[in-house]
Amino acid sequence: MKSAIVVFPGTNRERDMALALRRATGRDPAIVWHSGEALPKVDLIVLPGGFAHGDYLRCGAMAAHSPIMAEVKKRADRGVTVLAVCNGFQAACEAGMLPGVLMPNVCLQFVCRDVHLRVERSVRPFTGRYNAGTVIRVPVAHHDGNYYADKETLDRLEGEGRVIFRYSAPDGTLGDAHNPNGSARHIAGVVNAKGNVLGMMPHPEDLVDPVMGGTDGLGLFQGLAESLAA
Amino acid sequence: MTASAKSKTPTHGRNEPTITPEIVREHGLKPEEYDRVVQFMGREPTMVELGIVSVMWSEHCSYKSSRRWLKTLPTSGKVVIQGPGENAGVIDIGGGLAAVFKMESHNHPSFIEPYQGAATGVGGIMRDVFTMGARPVANLNALRFGDPKHPKTRHLVGGVVAGIGGYGNCMGVPTVAGECNFHAAYSGNILVNAMTVGIASKDRIFYSAAAGVGNQVVYVGAKTGRDGIHGATMASAEFSDDSEAKRPTVQVGDPFTEKLLLEACLELMATDAIVAIQDMGAAGLTCSSVEMADKGGLGVELDLDKVPVRETHMTPYEIMLSESQERMLMVLKPGREDMARKVFQKYELDFAVVGHLTTTGRLILKQGGKVVGDMPVKPLVEQAPLYDRPFVETKAPAVIDTKTLQVPSDILGSLKRLLGSPDLCSKRWIWEQYDHLVRGDTVIRPGGDAAVVRLGDGPKGLAVTSDCTPRYCQAHPKTGGAQAVAEAWRNLTSVGADPLAVTDNLNFGNPEKPAIMGQIVGCIQGMGEACRALDFPVVSGNVSLYNETNGEAILPTPVIGAVGLVPDIARCVTIAPKRAGETLILIGVTQGWIGASVYLREILGREEGAPPPVDLAAEKRNGDFVRTAIRAGRVSACHDLSDGGLLVAAAEMALAANLGLNLDPAQAGLPEFAWWFGEDQARYLVSTSDPGALIKEAAKSGISAKGLGTFTAASALTLQGAQSISLDELRRAHEGWLPAYMSAPVAKG
Repeated sequence: MKSAIVVFPGTNRERDMALALRRATGRDPAIVWHSGEALPKVDLIVLPGGFAHGDYLRCGAMAAHSPIMAEVKKRADRGVTVLAVCNGFQAACEAGMLPGVLMPNVCLQFVCRDVHLRVERSVRPFTGRYNAGTVIRVPVAHHDGNYYADKETLDRLEGEGRVIFRYSAPDGTLGDAHNPNGSARHIAGVVNAKGNVLGMMPHPEDLVDPVMGGTDGLGLFQGLAESLAA
Repeated sequence: MTASAKSKTPTHGRNEPTITPEIVREHGLKPEEYDRVVQFMGREPTMVELGIVSVMWSEHCSYKSSRRWLKTLPTSGKVVIQGPGENAGVIDIGGGLAAVFKMESHNHPSFIEPYQGAATGVGGIMRDVFTMGARPVANLNALRFGDPKHPKTRHLVGGVVAGIGGYGNCMGVPTVAGECNFHAAYSGNILVNAMTVGIASKDRIFYSAAAGVGNQVVYVGAKTGRDGIHGATMASAEFSDDSEAKRPTVQVGDPFTEKLLLEACLELMATDAIVAIQDMGAAGLTCSSVEMADKGGLGVELDLDKVPVRETHMTPYEIMLSESQERMLMVLKPGREDMARKVFQKYELDFAVVGHLTTTGRLILKQGGKVVGDMPVKPLVEQAPLYDRPFVETKAPAVIDTKTLQVPSDILGSLKRLLGSPDLCSKRWIWEQYDHLVRGDTVIRPGGDAAVVRLGDGPKGLAVTSDCTPRYCQAHPKTGGAQAVAEAWRNLTSVGADPLAVTDNLNFGNPEKPAIMGQIVGCIQGMGEACRALDFPVVSGNVSLYNETNGEAILPTPVIGAVGLVPDIARCVTIAPKRAGETLILIGVTQGWIGASVYLREILGREEGAPPPVDLAAEKRNGDFVRTAIRAGRVSACHDLSDGGLLVAAAEMALAANLGLNLDPAQAGLPEFAWWFGEDQARYLVSTSDPGALIKEAAKSGISAKGLGTFTAASALTLQGAQSISLDELRRAHEGWLPAYMSAPVAKG
């Protein structure tokens, strides 16, 4: 699997993502600056975490208009797999690649801690390595991760099986106590209608190594590597 | 008077007044200091010149009260590449790498405007580190707030924590460790000390000494505005009730610009373009240009019309003294301008050639084609006043006789109160607002003794911590200074690291008072003694004096930030034991020292008594033993003993692992409370599945090791098989205080 990580001014989790991709695929991803650089032909495009353009407007709003995003959207439309994490998720929503929006956390504070995610669907290319219903532990690190969409959209997402991860207790039960940001219906990750673009707030890339305290995030990258093996 | 000393009086800036004694006083210069200025200038200075001298000679930049004593600290050693005097200290960590680190205070601005004050403190210390060519890999912060009941405290805690997070999180540098205390002595002067650790190639360290007459001086980063003018002078004065009127002097931070500046600088540093580089921190363009020229023994000429400015009609005074953030000054090699400009254009940052180096040894400022400032560089640095201020040694307090104390008999009740007290409660509410995981290298997260971040692809890691026990320093400065160093050394040891070197942040009151000066001298003496004994040199530091409001000083607070090396991150331990059945073992001797303890203050309401003595030979011996045991895999967890003593540390270990703990009775011959809550130094708790071997090993080395009890699968902490308290109850007390404090409804007054 060949992959590329898009770096906007202010992106800061490209290293974490590159480490995870290297661990899962044995290959270093291409790191591509948001302007003036051509996006190479790859199997996976990653929009990583950070504070693109400082997030001084709505989070991800300016990144959505970065020069490279037109190409990312075009490739996604053609079926190239896109993983959009945290700030990348915010940018993908702002760019119209995914429905909904990420609002400030209900607690109005930045939250960095491990959370539990219930895998809602085991589906390639993203979650084929996990069984549906499995609970994984990965960290969140964000100030604006409160997923919101109107009722019709949420119903449609659920009806079409596009909710991939939900915040949960370690045993998989749902409840506000396990939801770090107030997201609607505890949604932590969703895919687009075609199923080739995943947006999620948590950082699976930060728990892929036993020495860092866990490997629950690694399955996502191994699953991608398996599904997208060239 | 020498010919070179005197210059023609330059053109006065627009609307700039002539100097009066009143203006001199407002600039924090004593009349005799001003006389010295006139003498080396050979004439009266203009406003901009006066401003420049006043910041260069401020306590913050010149260390005029502390320098004499700072010189007594050990600053060399086999790992030291660069000691104090540069932007940050540099040590050799092997494998061609260097660790670059420093701690710096932003106390005064944080009290006036907590969010921006703390944020720009973090921004400033990160610039100090990356200006030397290092990528920041870990941030720490040491915070001291006032009485929790003081009406401003909660607002300050909330603002400072959000500000630190707001800046560090955006920069993508994990904030992995720190400390936070509360005491009424800080109600009018909080302390915000921020530390950054960076990694660089050992042979690619960048320094600030200018070289190459004619070479261009280049300004990069953000534009200059009117913010932060005279911040360094403000940081060198006491507060009074009208300090809040100083709000406009607090700078405003832009972490996004700093992130771009970081990436642009590191990108340019990978080429050969840079001769010298210096960040614009305290005293902005003044300090950076003067220090670069002075270190290179050169002069510098600046054209202020070329400085990128945010506002029109800025005077030379404003441009030279602005503390606008996210700016750097560089000297480039000839012919590298275009290449360097392209790098900064890529990141959409300002890049302006603002001057060049000269042979004159003078700082010459031009605006509108006229000379507006002309002064010799050397005296600005070298003739800064140096004071040998009179001091009174703090009298050693009486040792408290534990047998005379009337104490509650309920040990577990006291434990619960201590675990839920402001100083000992969990600081999770704080560190969960900091991104402590970004970069994907955090091996040991906040909440334990030291944090560990992986170096490159591993297996090595860096351990980092910050420590100080101000109540010990207040009781006996020399002991307190030594203890702060010893505790930092212990914390690094507790995760299995070799302690390498320290940075210090010395926070005190007004040094012109002999009693305060006595605290400064005593603490530095104690620190020096401990650093020498533990082979733990000081490579950088910062001094913050005049932390007083209406004459009331803070507790003496010499914070020690320390860095250690972990040879193999897979062998690190945390404070959490691994499984039920492991034995808890105490390393070190317990006398039940209760003077100046948290127990004495929180349970008995008394702040008095001699602090626990620091036996540096015992520290070394016990620490070396523990580190060896960790590396050999003989212990599964380790926690150093400090605030609150044995029972607090044991409970923290049980909570961290969510394991129960059955503890044996107190050591015979000691009052129970003194055994459980005494704060004797040089002690560790370790957990092991083979206690016999460890105790035997310790005996061979002449080290006291004693089994204390067993971790269990039950969810309670039990004393002597009788009294018991559930982990849930302890956890609620420990985790509950800070969130409850921060979310309590605002009192109506």
